[in-house]
Amino acid sequence: MNATDSATARPGPLPKPFTDWFAARGWAPRAHQLELLERARAGESLLLIAPTGAGKTLAGFLPSLTDLVARGRVPPGSAFTGIHTLYISPLKALAVDIERNLAKPIEEMRLPVTIETRTGDTPQSKRQRQRLNPPDILLTTPEQLALLIANGEAPRFFKDLKFVVFDELHSLVTSKRGHLLALGLARLRRLAPGLQTIGLSATVAEPMDLRRWLAGQVPGEDNHAGLVLGPSGAKPIITILKSEEHIPWSGHSARYAMPEVYQAIREHRTALLFVNTRSQAEMLFQELWRINEETLPIALHHGSLDVAQRRKVEAAMAENRLRAVVATSTLDLGIDWGDVDLVIHVGAPKGASRLAQRIGRANHRMDEPSRAILVPANRFEVMECQAALDANYLGAQDTPPMTAGALDVLAQHVLGMACAAAFDEDALFAEISSAASYAVLPRETFSRVVQFVATGGYALKTYERYAKIRKTKEGLWRVSNLQVAQQYRLNLGTIVEMPMLNLRLVKRNARGSLGRGGAALGKVEEYFLETMAPGDTFLFSGKVLRFEGIRENECLVSQAFSQDPKVPAYAGGKFPLSTYLAEQVRTMLADPDRWRALPGQVRDWLSIQSDVSMLPRRDELLIETFPRGSRHYMVIYAFEGRLAHQTLGMLLTRRLERAGLKPLGFVATDYSLAIWALDDLGAAFRARRPSLGGLFDEDMLGDDLEAWLDESWMLKRTFRNCAVIAGLIDQRHPGKEKTGRQVTVSADLIYDVLRSHEPDHILLEATRHDAATGLLDIERLGFMLARIKGHITHRTLDRISPLAIPVMLEIGRETVSGEAHDAVLAEAAEDLIAEALGELAAPETER
Amino acid sequence: MNRLALANADVQDFGALTARAVVAGVEAVCDPFGALYLPATRLLVISDLHLEKGAAFARRGMLLPPYDTLATLRILEAVIARHDPAIVVSLGDNFHDRVGSVHLPEIFRQRIEAMARGRDWIWINGNHDPDGTTGLPGQSADELHYAGLIFRHEPSLADGAGEIAGHLHPSATVRRRDKSVRRPCFATDGRRLLMPAFGVTTGGLDLRHRAMAGLFERETLVAHLLGRDRIYSVRFANLLA
Repeated sequence: MNATDSATARPGPLPKPFTDWFAARGWAPRAHQLELLERARAGESLLLIAPTGAGKTLAGFLPSLTDLVARGRVPPGSAFTGIHTLYISPLKALAVDIERNLAKPIEEMRLPVTIETRTGDTPQSKRQRQRLNPPDILLTTPEQLALLIANGEAPRFFKDLKFVVFDELHSLVTSKRGHLLALGLARLRRLAPGLQTIGLSATVAEPMDLRRWLAGQVPGEDNHAGLVLGPSGAKPIITILKSEEHIPWSGHSARYAMPEVYQAIREHRTALLFVNTRSQAEMLFQELWRINEETLPIALHHGSLDVAQRRKVEAAMAENRLRAVVATSTLDLGIDWGDVDLVIHVGAPKGASRLAQRIGRANHRMDEPSRAILVPANRFEVMECQAALDANYLGAQDTPPMTAGALDVLAQHVLGMACAAAFDEDALFAEISSAASYAVLPRETFSRVVQFVATGGYALKTYERYAKIRKTKEGLWRVSNLQVAQQYRLNLGTIVEMPMLNLRLVKRNARGSLGRGGAALGKVEEYFLETMAPGDTFLFSGKVLRFEGIRENECLVSQAFSQDPKVPAYAGGKFPLSTYLAEQVRTMLADPDRWRALPGQVRDWLSIQSDVSMLPRRDELLIETFPRGSRHYMVIYAFEGRLAHQTLGMLLTRRLERAGLKPLGFVATDYSLAIWALDDLGAAFRARRPSLGGLFDEDMLGDDLEAWLDESWMLKRTFRNCAVIAGLIDQRHPGKEKTGRQVTVSADLIYDVLRSHEPDHILLEATRHDAATGLLDIERLGFMLARIKGHITHRTLDRISPLAIPVMLEIGRETVSGEAHDAVLAEAAEDLIAEALGELAAPETER
Repeated sequence: MNRLALANADVQDFGALTARAVVAGVEAVCDPFGALYLPATRLLVISDLHLEKGAAFARRGMLLPPYDTLATLRILEAVIARHDPAIVVSLGDNFHDRVGSVHLPEIFRQRIEAMARGRDWIWINGNHDPDGTTGLPGQSADELHYAGLIFRHEPSLADGAGEIAGHLHPSATVRRRDKSVRRPCFATDGRRLLMPAFGVTTGGLDLRHRAMAGLFERETLVAHLLGRDRIYSVRFANLLA
């Protein structure tokens, strides 16, 4: 609980135990804490936006604590009293942390307040007891709230609820978890109509979105919570690492800067090193230890590592036993991480807000500036870092916009509400429409969701007898049997586990066969392993591993003796470049005046580019074509992020194929896309066969997209998520634990069957909607195609241009995208024929 | 759903899309739908239909689409129209669970009756449906010995000469350069033949999986893969070139 000794105190609403407590410590409550308290007392729901370390959490609890002091302790033997305040955080660790931090002042002030947590780890006996004898303040997570309201006792439990506090609201609301939480809040409003909400958030791009989210919506009204702004805090000191070394053209390892990064770690107490992907984390960790001559305690933390190992790192961190931790987004959220005095961001931050939040991890005292060093991994990233740095000083925000409530989440909630009690369809529709995320949902769509929950919602109605919820004589929907409720509880939540395989380290014995047992190293996505053949090597947990094979749901690996992994690495969790930063990079590119801030080698690179080719204007799309070797290349500088570029690459190669230009493959980065072909692409575009305008026409998002989606594994993966969340496929089944592996296989086949027989099914609608903003980033591609219409500039070059070097270097390093089909089979089958005719030498010598 | 498209297509030279195999001296045709046809005896083999898989899950609370039976039957109709067999042998796991044939919706039952008209139909029992079928034409059996071949659901661990079996849902992965494709396949070494699973929502098990160990002579093992519109035959040794 932070507070300062600054003299901001004024005669205010704080009751005596609080003023005494502050005074005894020589502290005074801050202006925003008092403002929030006063306005909450007047009955307002509120959103508090303040930086890390501004005493946000205490502010959020002051209205509850003072109200509870006024109420006094409930005398033993009085009628059942439900909980008074519900606190929801995105992480259970955060809830536990808050309990510790809040318990202290409550104890010191001897407040008549009970406080408890309820998370997935809370034992059954304690849950039982909480139901009979609830605490005043309950700290929990969105999933636990969903469980609580799906219970028949919910009306009793929540009848006295006064406040709901949402911590880190900015990170909760943009995902499906936020949708589930919004629906939960709508239910709480019905159970306790007078409740007030308090949202705590870091700075966001659109505060009004959050304010609406916190308020109950009524048709024809624009309801939103009040806004309280905290102090802005000291400006962070951010620098870009100015290396003496040659900055690479491409890649993500930032290996060149290791000596300087190591030096920075030596000069600080504790450094947090953030990277964007697990593979980068692995690489960085390995590189640092390679040069760690003083054997400084440097640790690694990412989501794929074994939980026990992660807990160990967290504990060491809290006790200040580490000098540096290399981490991915798993450490993004607001837990107190000991005495961090430096944040090093390796690789570009990809988003201005993400950078600001990560820097906030250093130095939890808001009046001292945080220190951060950005380490760009290649030349484009130098520009991106500079753009992010400018944005941070300008206070720009690019947090993702709120999305409309997802239908799969709604289906889950509908089933949950049937588990709580039989419901009337109209009444439930009115209730869910009060959540901002679902305020504009058509009534008809809601009915389809209810039908889906009942019988799957298929046009072919053969499942009436297996219905999960049924209409009673009174016209209310109720669950068919107890098993349905049990199944609901086991499948609840919106975080779908990717099919993961355990990595097990085994040894080869003298005869060369694999041993059994061995240490578990963590988990990897099955999709990653599908690209590997036995003998391939990759980096994981700081080791170079050799892929041996898959045995049941375990991936067997052995220690490799080489230092250089063949497969780039395991790339989990990659963020695409944010639209805002992309725009900034385009602007910087077009404006030589802004290059002054860039290092000399980057400036020179841009100057040569404008001499031999050109630099595109901000709203212009530059396309270069040039021959190289026996192939013809086309590089498209779209700056829309890797996901959108991949989708564009898929669609363009289809179109080039149709135009008879024989495209062979493509590779995408955050900044550009390179496609290569057997035919002269430049000559074809000049002859307008096809014209570039036609090639990039928005109609590619029509039929071409549909045709491609038919086959796309990305859509299948999205479908699987929707199907699990909507309750079509079990994540887990009572008594029958399915492995993620089995679920995937069937989800793909189910997708195919459903798509060919009922393409308008509500779950496919939900899938397409997700894909548009998710893995395929179709939405962003659509905006781009509209933006560049009539602004395409084509340069025919006789050789590769400087700007093309980064993406060209990715060829061969990245696996070539494109979907492998029967062509591969045909090739293999022809081998057989040729071999049979004696035309082919033994395959071993051929290779 | 490539097989469904192929089932609806008007194909002139169907023979070019198939592959020839010889099992224990008996000539057979592997077709791209995943059916095996023995011209000498006009016998058609299909395996692992897993009919009513969606309904089987629905009974347990997962309301999977009810279209799998319909889709599988449509393909089967095309196969039967193509070969016009005298005998149809369905090699087990005909239904996904024991009560599948009991609860089969009438619309599907009629389609099966229409297909079986004028032919012998033998339902081999599988591990999913060991009790045989109820209310359907034809007869049930644990295995069938006919024309020098043995038809059973699970491949035997012994010898295996002349055995046509299902159960394992064989599939094979072909890899060339950095691209790989996995497809269901017929697998045969000339002694034994394993059938691909015919049902549309059945998964596959790779030929390299432990469960396949010891079933084939790898030197002579050939995978006849179900391509988009034809069969591709690849020697086991050449799968991952």
